[in-house]
Amino acid sequence: MSFVAHVFGWFTTAANWTGPQGIPTLFWHQLELSVAVVLGAIVLGGGLGVVLGHTGRGGLVAVNAANAFRAVPTLALLTLLAIQPAISLKWNGFLAAWIALTALAIPPILTNTYVGMREVDADVRDAAKAMGLTGGQVLRTVEAPLALPFVMAGVRTASIEVVATSTLAAYVSYTDLGTYVITGLNTNDSVVAFSGALLVAAMAGMATVSLSLLTRALTPLPLRHRGRTDALARDPTVGRRAATVNI
Amino acid sequence: MLFGTNPFFRWSYVTGNWDQIQGDLVQHIALSLIAIAIGTAISIPLAVLAWRYRFIRTPVFGVASALYIIPSLALFAILGPITGFVASYKTAEIALVGYTLLILIWNTVAGLDAVPADAREAATALGYSPSAALLRVDLPLALPYIFAGLRVATATVIGLVTVTALIGLGGLGQQITYGFNIAYNTPIIVGLVLSVALAAVADLLLVGAERLVVPWTRSRRRATVVS
Repeated sequence: MSFVAHVFGWFTTAANWTGPQGIPTLFWHQLELSVAVVLGAIVLGGGLGVVLGHTGRGGLVAVNAANAFRAVPTLALLTLLAIQPAISLKWNGFLAAWIALTALAIPPILTNTYVGMREVDADVRDAAKAMGLTGGQVLRTVEAPLALPFVMAGVRTASIEVVATSTLAAYVSYTDLGTYVITGLNTNDSVVAFSGALLVAAMAGMATVSLSLLTRALTPLPLRHRGRTDALARDPTVGRRAATVNI
Repeated sequence: MLFGTNPFFRWSYVTGNWDQIQGDLVQHIALSLIAIAIGTAISIPLAVLAWRYRFIRTPVFGVASALYIIPSLALFAILGPITGFVASYKTAEIALVGYTLLILIWNTVAGLDAVPADAREAATALGYSPSAALLRVDLPLALPYIFAGLRVATATVIGLVTVTALIGLGGLGQQITYGFNIAYNTPIIVGLVLSVALAAVADLLLVGAERLVVPWTRSRRRATVVS
């Protein structure tokens, strides 16, 4: 039997779809961890990026520190946390994995948020202030929408990295799709490892697609891509709606 | 102390195991250097092709993105039966090189795209053949972008090499897995600190090399590529 047939056979074996080591359970574990990590990184990294970008102070230092932090191997953070008795057994290893992966996800989100905030045209910001908007209003109605495409690019990068790297969590503490990969490595079983890798790649693909859709939905109409602008020019109803938004 | 019998850091471990640590460091440098060298040798020609012939662009970026998404660990497991499971340099390097491709190709194409049309027209007007223009005008002008890519790729690879410890290589990653297996902080911190230091030194060397090779960008700030 060829390798492909073996993999197909693995996916069609009923036993692999049930129980605590089944595909649905482990897929869910990985999804749970990845979503929690990305949300945490958006709150921490994105929040810091917004504050630094809005005030314009200390941003470069923070961005450089975040980028230097990228050099820290995730495996080192994971193992270090996983051998601390206070953390290692918390929520079946979820906490150790969450902290290590969130640290990995913060730099791209922080950097992109900060850059996005600073990319906002100073004239636009001044105009908003001149119209009497308070700092908070400028942030909410001007800076945030304009910085959003940058922020989402960072979230996309971080999400792909997190989904791929959360397989490492299976080495130290947590059970997720990485469990298949680690089992495959330990038993020289490339079919199981490859099947696990396929599932991880599928999740990364899903993350990319859903984040692109989300980015599109969140981006203000006039800022969308040129393809969209052409559609606006052709479709009078959409054009009118966009014009109303502009007023 | 918070860590009880497992202190945060014990210096005597470093002095007592210096030979082993040094060996791991050397292996780490070797694994990283080979990956970056092969990655660059593959990426730049591919990027030039993808830049010149648009129809190649989609498949090149598609394959490179796919390699980038596959978890490194899974790549080792998949390559295992072909190139050898345990302590195989081939397995490790194929996976590591795979990770550099997207970053390096992306930046090189972006750099070539950013070459001013005036410069290219001037080269044509001076009688440069297309290949001479590529070598003496386009690629040199794309160097700041290529270096930006090299810096990101080098930092990524130095971090990723630690993961090859799970197939018996790992460089400094061996310190990390050793510390994990005996639940002892010090080796993990040794591995962490030395690989961060290695990444910092490599980055400084690349910045220095860039200044030597691309002296004209020294005066103005280089645009940073947001990844």
